[in-house]
Amino acid sequence: MLEIRDLHATVADKPILKGLNLTVNPGEVHAIMGPNGSGKSTLANVLAGRDNYAITGGEALFEGSSLADLEPEERAQAGLFLAFQYPVEIPGVSNMEFLKAALESVRGAQGKEEWDSVTLLRQARAACKQVNLDASFLKRGVNEGFSGGEKKRNEIMQMLLMEPKLALLDETDSGLDIDALQTVAKGVNSLRSPERGIVLVTHYQRLLDYIVPDFVHVLSNGQIIKSGGKELAHELEEKGYGWLTGEEESA
Amino acid sequence: MSQAELDKLIRSNYEAGFTTTVDAETLPPGLSEDVIRFLSAKKGEPEWMLEWRLDSYHKWLEMSSPDWAHLHHPPIDVNEVSFYSKPKSLDDAPKSLDEVDPELLATYEKLGIPLHEQEMLAGVAVDVVFDSTSVFTTFKEKLWEAGVIFCSISEAIQNHPELIKKYMGSVVPKGDNFYAALNSAVFSDGSFVYIPKGVRCPMELSTYFRINEANTGQFERTLIIADEGSYVSYLEGCTAPQRDENQLHAAVVELVALPGAEIKYSTVQNWYPGDENGKGGIYNFVTKRGVAHDNSKISWTQVETGSAITWKYPSVILRGDNSIGEFYSVALTRHMQQADTGTKMIHLGKNTKSTIISKGISAGRSSNTYRGLVRISPRAENARNFTQCDSLLLGDTCGAHTFPYIESKNPSATIEHEATTSKVSDDQMFLCRQRGIDPEKAVSMIVNGFCKEVFKELPMEFAVEAGKLLEVSLEGAVG
Ligand SMILES: Nc1ncnc2c1ncn2[C@@H]1O[C@H](COP(=O)(O)OP(=O)(O)OP(=O)(O)O)[C@@H](O)[C@H]1O
Ligand SMILES: [Mg+2]
Repeated sequence: MLEIRDLHATVADKPILKGLNLTVNPGEVHAIMGPNGSGKSTLANVLAGRDNYAITGGEALFEGSSLADLEPEERAQAGLFLAFQYPVEIPGVSNMEFLKAALESVRGAQGKEEWDSVTLLRQARAACKQVNLDASFLKRGVNEGFSGGEKKRNEIMQMLLMEPKLALLDETDSGLDIDALQTVAKGVNSLRSPERGIVLVTHYQRLLDYIVPDFVHVLSNGQIIKSGGKELAHELEEKGYGWLTGEEESA
Repeated sequence: MSQAELDKLIRSNYEAGFTTTVDAETLPPGLSEDVIRFLSAKKGEPEWMLEWRLDSYHKWLEMSSPDWAHLHHPPIDVNEVSFYSKPKSLDDAPKSLDEVDPELLATYEKLGIPLHEQEMLAGVAVDVVFDSTSVFTTFKEKLWEAGVIFCSISEAIQNHPELIKKYMGSVVPKGDNFYAALNSAVFSDGSFVYIPKGVRCPMELSTYFRINEANTGQFERTLIIADEGSYVSYLEGCTAPQRDENQLHAAVVELVALPGAEIKYSTVQNWYPGDENGKGGIYNFVTKRGVAHDNSKISWTQVETGSAITWKYPSVILRGDNSIGEFYSVALTRHMQQADTGTKMIHLGKNTKSTIISKGISAGRSSNTYRGLVRISPRAENARNFTQCDSLLLGDTCGAHTFPYIESKNPSATIEHEATTSKVSDDQMFLCRQRGIDPEKAVSMIVNGFCKEVFKELPMEFAVEAGKLLEVSLEGAVG
């Protein structure tokens, strides 16, 4: 469903991705690891279509169509979801209002039946429960005054409702306490299905104990320099990145 | 109304044949004593009212238009303004809705104010001002039962002269400022409200103002008196059709909250703002002020998206001890609009309290200025004020300015002031778009969120309307 070939991309005209290849098939879970600044978030943002992130070479196909040709909202409507590393606050716009607008657009585009407000509220409450957020968070402004961990859980809550085809999770585990990590992992696992692809960006093996990936990739300096099965994550945990990147020790 | 009845009505009202435009009697442009005498006579006003107008006119002649505001416009020549325009079919005031000129009703329906519907939906009494004459006042009877007087100013001058003599000009004196003096001389019509002692007005009162005739200035005058311990919520909606010329609008609103009373005054204003090149649009110079006596409360809430020029400072004179003044404002400017708006809170009594929340949103090449004054007089012990002014910029060709003036003559006062200027951030836009929300909807959602603290002060239906209005006004505001 996701086919990335020799992808080159710049952030504010600075080359960050330098020939990246990655294929994600339906039903697969991929973990992407790699040192700080290697381009993991850049990859996620390029795929989601953020301003200032430009594809300068190669291609990224989602369900056969080139992502470069789609506006960010069209990518979302096509079923691509990004859980942000740093979710931004939108003061005064309630979570519920936000979800309503998002779901109306995405479900509408996908030809799914429209949820009336009662259904929406019921679904949203259930999703909150799944990630252990009190339903009162639905009334609060989007991420407004949320703690770091609450913001991350809020992202997963949205993901559960949006039922994406391809979910990109950028360091959703960082900043979570141990219980929240398990809750979030459970939420993500509940979305695992033969039709859905999941890409997890993470620094820690710990998350992968709960969400067991089919593939693990190491991203360094804008390229995937090593791919393997879930054992690769263990190996990285032990040895760091130095043996792969050629540096003595990664920071 | 059946077609047959409608036909009959048309025939009886328009013997010379029905035309699609309202036939109006409009005075040629210009202002003089004679024009004022004509106006007053046309309305069958008593002598004292004419004297009051003439006195105002003479005061006005001595004055010049204020130049301290952050506004740029060619000098306004009153000799180009017509001071009287009245739809002819209303010469005999209608006794029921069925007698109202269908053209007028159709116009209101276009504006989304179907009177028939409103009558049935109940809950809102509407006093509609079409150019200069009150068309029809619904629910008068129900209000009458509660002892509430809700009528046009013209009627009040005839039927309640004692209240008019006592209160008109008591809050905004005849010679208060250039535009108020002009209004006092030539005011055409407007609404009058009196809530008796201890009465909670049984419904929200509402007036829609509308400028129709080209080149007519509208000078409405509103007076609301809430007697001791009473409560009233008043809604004012304004809208004007699109015209290439600039039209002048200089209104005066006076509120009197007697001891223990509460007045909540809400405005949604979307007069025509002019096009993207600054052609056309309403010049809106308004004086709105309330006097709050002991233990009373006056609350102004305004959502302003229209007018080419807005000059408006709804104010509260906190005369009585423990009185409360509030000002909640959203002002959106786009195209070439200029707004210089804010409030004055004048603390005279002890333990008086005021709150100011102002939200300015600027887009296009517009200029949006907040100008506020908080004055604490020497005898206003323990006065408190909280002011928050937030500006949101859409794009980088617009301007936002904040001029907060604070004059405290009593050391026991507590004054807090917060101000922020922000932009709709790329991160916020990206989050919305990543969730499938298109950019226009995203901007309107973010702007609505920015205004939330003000919108929650509006009555429910008005809040919805205000939200929609912002959405419409923002169309095309994002590049
Ligand atoms: N707006 C920008 N302007 C210039 N450089 C940028 C910009 N945004 C990101 N970069 C750079 O791009 C590189 C890749 O950043 P990216 O956020 O993709 O790394 P990452 O792999 O996600 O790191 P981390 O593990 O710390 O989250 C970094 O060197 C970063 O400084
Ligand atoms: Mg990152």
